[in-house]
Order: sequence, then structure tokens, then C-alpha cells
Amino acid sequence: MSSCVTICPIGSVDEGILEHIAKCISIRCGLNCRISMRMENPRYAYNDTRYQYNSKLILKHLLQKSPPDTLRLVGVTSVDLYVPILQFVFGLAQIEGQCSIISLHRLWPEYYDQPSDRDLLLARVEKTALHELGHTFGMTHCRDRRCVMYSSVRIEDTDLKQPDFCPTCFELFQWYLNKSPQQSPY
Amino acid sequence: MTKKARILVVDDEAPMREALYDWLKEDGYEVGLAESGKDAIAIATEKSWDVILLDLKMPGMDGLETLKQLKGKQVDTDAEILMMTAYATVDTAVQAMKEGAFDYLVKPFAPDEIEMQIKKIVAHRELVLENILLRQKLEERSEYDEIIGKSDAMQEIYDLISQVAPTDSTVLITGESGTGKELIAQAIHGNSQRCYMPFIAVSCGALPDSLLESELFGYERGAFTGAEHTKKGRFEMADKGTLFLDEIGDISLKTQVDLLRVLQRKEFRRLGGQEEIKVDVRILAATNQDLKKAISENKFREDLFYRLNVISIPVPPLRKRKDDVPLLVKAFIRRYCLEMNKELVKISSSALNLLMDYDWPGNVRELENVIERALVIGRGKEIVMEDLPFSRKQLGPETMPNSLKLMEKMHIKRILEETDWNISKTARLLEIDRQTLYNKIAKYKIEKES
Repeated sequence: MSSCVTICPIGSVDEGILEHIAKCISIRCGLNCRISMRMENPRYAYNDTRYQYNSKLILKHLLQKSPPDTLRLVGVTSVDLYVPILQFVFGLAQIEGQCSIISLHRLWPEYYDQPSDRDLLLARVEKTALHELGHTFGMTHCRDRRCVMYSSVRIEDTDLKQPDFCPTCFELFQWYLNKSPQQSPY
Repeated sequence: MTKKARILVVDDEAPMREALYDWLKEDGYEVGLAESGKDAIAIATEKSWDVILLDLKMPGMDGLETLKQLKGKQVDTDAEILMMTAYATVDTAVQAMKEGAFDYLVKPFAPDEIEMQIKKIVAHRELVLENILLRQKLEERSEYDEIIGKSDAMQEIYDLISQVAPTDSTVLITGESGTGKELIAQAIHGNSQRCYMPFIAVSCGALPDSLLESELFGYERGAFTGAEHTKKGRFEMADKGTLFLDEIGDISLKTQVDLLRVLQRKEFRRLGGQEEIKVDVRILAATNQDLKKAISENKFREDLFYRLNVISIPVPPLRKRKDDVPLLVKAFIRRYCLEMNKELVKISSSALNLLMDYDWPGNVRELENVIERALVIGRGKEIVMEDLPFSRKQLGPETMPNSLKLMEKMHIKRILEETDWNISKTARLLEIDRQTLYNKIAKYKIEKES
């Protein structure tokens, strides 16, 4: 039975970041991770009025390309994501679904005129990836500010929370994981 | 399963509706979608909502007209309405606020902007709800102080209560709404060694998930927006005493995890807290739901069910213990006459027969309401059929006993009561002589009710 999470770069993404996400998911969630082949830059999702990419369209595309033997798929992109009603999103997930996507665009310290800090970037990436992965298992937002499932509407929210589930969310995550239909490998 | 805030999204553009749907779902809200003003009105008439996100610019009925109708007499929604608009229509949005909209948001929203607006509305509504619940609680406490019933079914429950009360076991009380599950929990607590310590009741189904979490476990200052002080939860308040969790079948999976942890480890953390707080609390839970079915549907955790269901007390519905109806009626008449400062009234046998024949879907609580209503609207010295909210015609013909003797007894008793025990008049109506009537009264041991 497979319990493998696929990390999928979309467009150009630093290899070290992908490896960091894989390592964190493996440690925090006890799930095996693999990094898949890179997908093309998602031009189909580009909105030339907003200069951003529609995350919902990318998710749909990811779902079609998701390998059949993967438990979950986390897409990672450098482009700026949005959903039509919001100005931006850090990431998007299908609740109780297969796929999620995160954007590095607004996680870079430089975006906020902060000095370059790779550790800070990696910490933000880790939290965002875990958060979106949690949603794919059916988890909703937590009220504990330090829990990784706390809703991040500003980068400060992301910085404040810990890169881990609170005890309740962790237990709930395990419960969802056990209920989640596992897929057979090839 | 939990009562989550309900949000209705009204927008003619599918991508906008879908994006809001996804965003709000991540926050755990129950979300409804409407693609036109007309749809919104139909949906809001059918179901109640906490927040309605309403687009201003829609073909056909626009947002402003929809708002007027939603707030008008026909729908009269108590939901707070947040208008959504593009830059060009801010003036109209301001006009909408004059028409009763809560606020407006300019599309596309900043994520923190919409989150803040919705949280503000939900927190306000939670506060109002909490206030109502607290008032209800205060009223209920003065109303109930004992379980009434002498039927076999209730005797079995009394036996169970006296067996389980002195232990510290968790008890799951099951039964339909209005059967008196909380009274049984109070009786267990009152007969236990914890009786001098607090009995804290929480109606889990009435509280939204987020409020239930802070109610049960409390929170530390700064745990979430608005948590300005550290607050103790019901678990801490019930330390050394009993915590009664009513409507346990309605709690979210997340709260189920928290509860399971307290049951297993006898400790918990306040929301946003680091410290494990140890408590000595006896848990009594109640539900009107079929928890085994909820388990099979993945809505209730099996491990929690077995933790709660150490001892089970099923409370029968009133229709299955109709022998108790006269006793309950008497007790409620006494209680409400005293409360209303009214002279003690009686109930006519035809009215009592009608109550006996009724099925009582709302159980004891419904019976209590019926008696209270009859005492308010009734003017005579006894409650008669006309004082009841249902009629013999609605219930169908009176149930007649199979035994001829019993039927004769009931018939004589009814005529005696109708004539106010005037023997000559009764004998005349029954077409028998007075001596025969005396003989039958003696034979059937018919007594005049005081």
C-alpha cells in the first residue's frame, strides 16, 4: 500500500526547496515523499489583467496529471497565485481531495522588503506546504495561532505559527490518514 | 455534525462563487451557493443563514433589490449581509448599508479583510447565542428539580441511577428530545459522592464548534483574535464534580479528539496554552442520535463512543410510558399553578383521556408546555379539552379498552365527572336506577378525585 506524497515542481523551482518540503512532510507526517518531474510553467492559468496565475486552474491540471499511485500531490510554483475573489493566495488545496499547490512568490522575505534570509523562506515554505497538505486530508483551520493549520491571511500569520500540528490537529490528521483510502502501487 | 456558521454566497459569476466556496470551506463554514437574487431569496426562505455575501451587480434582480427583499417582511432574514462590489459601485454599496447591509467588500478582497469581517459577524452572533442559552439555562434550572414517573420503565431507570451514581463511571444517556436526559444526569450527580461539587452542563449541539472548544477547554490570553484574558473552560469549572455533555453526537471530529484525550489522560490544554491541566471530572453524556450509525458514517469516533458508553441509560419516550402521563400532568399543574399564583385546578377525565391518547413526539417537555398553555388560556376550575392544542377529532376516535368491565368503569366515571358526581343525574343519563349506580361505583372502586 502506498503512502507516498508527490512533490511536483511547476515551472522553475529551486531543487533545495523541493527537498526541504519532502524532508519536512516525511518527518512531520510520517509519509514517504518523492519529487516528480517538473511540469511546464502554467501559462494556461495566467491572467494578463491581474498579472497572476489562477490557482484553481492549476489545481485542475494537477489533478489530471497526478500519478495514480500517489497518496497526495503537492504542487510547488514560483508564480504569484490568486483565486478570482481574492487578491492573492499563498496556496490552495482541494479539501479532502488529491492535490494542493503552494506559491513561493509571497514567501520570499525580499517580497516584503526584508533582507534575504533562506532559513526564513524555508520555514515559510514548510508551514505552507504542511497547511495545504492538511486541507487535502479534510482538515479545516485551527484556532490555535501556533498550529500549522491556523489560517494565514498575512505573512505574519505564517511567521507566527509553528511548522507542526497542535496536538489535537495532529491526532485528527492521523485519524484522517487512517481513514484515507490508500492506493496500491503499480 | 457541529453547528458551524452558515454562509450563503450570492454571485452570478461561477468562478467567484467557487473561489469563495473553497475559501470558506477551509475555515470550516457551511457554505451555500446562489447564482441570482431570486435563488438567494428562495434559499434564504427555506433555511436560516448567519452571513449572506451578496454581489451588487447581477443581471435581473440586482444586489440592492435582493437585499431589500431579504430584509423585507416576506423573508425577514436575520443573517448579516455583506455586499460585494467592484470599485465602480462603492456609492451603491454605501446605499446598501443604509438599507440594512452589515458592510461591503470591494472585489477582489484581501484575504485578511474578508476573514476579519466574517469573524466579526460570527463572534457577534455567538455572543448573542451564548446570552440566549445562558438565559434559558437559568430558567430551566428553576423549572426542573425531579424526575417524575412510576412506570416500570422509569423504575428500571431509578435502579440504574442508584447503581451507577456512587461510581465514577462515564454514563451515556440516550433518548429522544424532551425525555428528561439532563434530569437523569442531575440525579446521578446528586446521588454521587461528588454531589457537593459542581454539576456543569454544556449543550454541545447549541454551540458553534469554535465556541464549544473555548467553552470546554478555556483559552489563554492571545490564543486567538479577541482572547484578551485567560478564561477557564467548563472542564476546569467542573473539577472534582460532574460535567454533563448534552447532544454529544453533534460535536466536530476535532472536539472529539480533544475529549478523547481528556477521557484517556485526565488532562488537557487550554486553547493556546502550553501547560497540561489535570482535572478530576466525571463525564456524563447524552444524545438523541444513533451514535453507532454516526460511527459507520465516519462522523463519530468509535474509540470515543466506547469511552463514553461505559454504562448506557436509554430513556424511553413518553409514548412508551403513558402510565406516567396522569402523574406528570398532576405535577405540572401543581408547579405552574404555584408559579402563576393560581388556585389549584383539576383536569377533566375527557381531557386526560385525550392526553393519554396523544403520541407526544416532543415527550415530557411537550406535555409540560401543553399544561402550561392550558393553564394560561383556561378560565375554569379544570382543564378541559378545549384548552388543549389538539382535539379528539385530530387524534382519531378515543382508544377503548378491550375489557367490557373496564369500558363500563371508564364510562360511568366520565358521566360522574361530567355531572360533578350528581348521582341522580348520572343514573338518569346511564338509564339505570340510583341503587345500581351505587353498586357499580362500589364494585369498580370509582373514587371522586380531589
